[in-house]
Amino acid sequence: MIGTSPATYAPEAVRKSLQGRQRDIKGFAFRAGLLAALLVTVALLAVLISDVVSGGWSVLSTRPIDFLTGSLSSSAATAGIGQGLRGTFFIAVFVVLVAFPVGVGAAIYLEEYAPHTRFTRLIDVNIRNLAGVPSVVYGILGFAIFVKALGAFTGPNANGRTVISAGLTLAILVLPIVIITSAEAVRAVPDSLREAGFGVGATRWEVIRSHVLPYAGPGILTGTVLALARALGEAAPLILVGATTGFLSGGDSYRLTSLQDKFTAMPMIIYNWAGRPQPGFKAATAAAIVILLAVVLMANATAILLRNRYEKRR
Amino acid sequence: MVQGSAEPPVFDAESLQGARGRFRKEAAIRRVFFAAAATSIVVSVLIILSLLGETWTFVTQVDYSSLWTDGWFPRRGMYDVKTILVGSILVTVVAMFVAGPLGMGAAAYLSEYAKPRVRRTLKPILEILAGIPSVVLGFFALTWISPEIVQRLNSESSLFNLMAAGIGVGILTTPLVASIAEDAMRSVPHALREASYGMGARKVTTSTKVVIPAAVSGLVAAFIIGISRAIGETMVVAIAAGATGGSLFSLNLFEPGQTMTAAMASMAAGTDAVKGAGLTFQSLFFVGLLLFLITLLLNVSADRFVRRVRQKY
Repeated sequence: MIGTSPATYAPEAVRKSLQGRQRDIKGFAFRAGLLAALLVTVALLAVLISDVVSGGWSVLSTRPIDFLTGSLSSSAATAGIGQGLRGTFFIAVFVVLVAFPVGVGAAIYLEEYAPHTRFTRLIDVNIRNLAGVPSVVYGILGFAIFVKALGAFTGPNANGRTVISAGLTLAILVLPIVIITSAEAVRAVPDSLREAGFGVGATRWEVIRSHVLPYAGPGILTGTVLALARALGEAAPLILVGATTGFLSGGDSYRLTSLQDKFTAMPMIIYNWAGRPQPGFKAATAAAIVILLAVVLMANATAILLRNRYEKRR
Repeated sequence: MVQGSAEPPVFDAESLQGARGRFRKEAAIRRVFFAAAATSIVVSVLIILSLLGETWTFVTQVDYSSLWTDGWFPRRGMYDVKTILVGSILVTVVAMFVAGPLGMGAAAYLSEYAKPRVRRTLKPILEILAGIPSVVLGFFALTWISPEIVQRLNSESSLFNLMAAGIGVGILTTPLVASIAEDAMRSVPHALREASYGMGARKVTTSTKVVIPAAVSGLVAAFIIGISRAIGETMVVAIAAGATGGSLFSLNLFEPGQTMTAAMASMAAGTDAVKGAGLTFQSLFFVGLLLFLITLLLNVSADRFVRRVRQKY
């Protein structure tokens, strides 16, 4: 009895399953399903890009200069995006000038200075919540504060509906993104670097300036570029702040005095043209999208490449 | 004894402190950084104040029967909240039917199956998709998704419809869901996976029975943040769902409709000052506050889930 071989205890089925050689159909199907999800997402991106490029090609190939420099118009054949590019340019300037210093400053305070108090935690939670507030709500903020309350400063002759209001609103909109990404970059700086600085008698600011910021620089830059790309593509706040969509006289001046005039911007033009029924505007919208995508995706790609490069180095 | 060293140099606490000016500068810099951080609180306060002011006017002056009528036509004094609330919910449900499976699936593949080289190429593509402006997806939803997908499935569907808008919002939300879900699954310690393999479990068993349950808080958070993003999404709905003037209460996905966000955009768009019957302007702020509170609630609860993952690992 004791001498019975183990094989008698292991029925055929059990032995087979222990071999693990039969096809893993369930596993294969699972893997294929996951891959399909990823590929569908990628395919949608490809369809989207080919759709707008082929839609806008007729405009971009026949009158590229005219389209890039022209003014808003009710006729699709002559409409151009020059004024939109100008508005988007100034919005970018405001975002860089306002959101970048304030955002990086806030990140440095939270990571380097902040004591572990209730107030610090409140700021932290608050920033994460701000990052989730819908952009249209920021539009209301921009409308109430920059257009109404500060209208005399942002644009006395345009009811406050100027690129200053739009730029400040979008700077506030992306501020949480700049803070969160910069704080991550600052947090990733090894403590040994800071201790080396403190060890030779440097003050906190000296350590930050000479050790922390140079090390965190690429990460901070990545976050800023991502935030900038986000700001350039936002349309909802612009609607609330009151970007012009119809006829806009002037509006393509790059002089500083023109900041207090009415304005429009790329996403606003796209929103307005997309709603127009004339067939010519469909091509013009697609062409405008190609230009906006080129700017936004280039900024994004730069940021992603930058980050991957520095991640690898460490 | 060598001459001149009769008195050893005296160090006391004062001489080690360094220059006064250096401390003053240090304190000033600290205050500047603190001001930058405090700006975020100011922004929150300003958002709430700018919403509350006009909302108060609306709530105190509106005829409450006009909040429950047949549709949302602010310019005619019909503020049926359920029309736009249901519109938002419908769009969000459609969006999550797209973004949930696509985002979670993509995340699971990238985290569990993809070889490093594949990951390095596919992840940036997802990130590029995340950077596509919402107006662009709105145009895509109107000119491609609606005729090529929705109208093929249902030939009676109008060109402007909530379905296409929902799918568009879903595509927009997918990279966000994928990115948060992938973070959650990657933060599951390798030891757990190895223990599972050690028991003889296959990859699929390990993924579904070990990794996903371990990361479930993060996955729930990803889903909630996706919902919050979808509810707050404005431009796709404003372009692809039509109904710019207003909308009757409807549950039909294949007809034009309006969400809270699109209602706000259409009230503000086109006119130099928001015009219409008495409280149109104020209703914009009322809807804004409603939207703010809903997304705040979702974000706070998602934050809870995220923190639970962090505490565990």
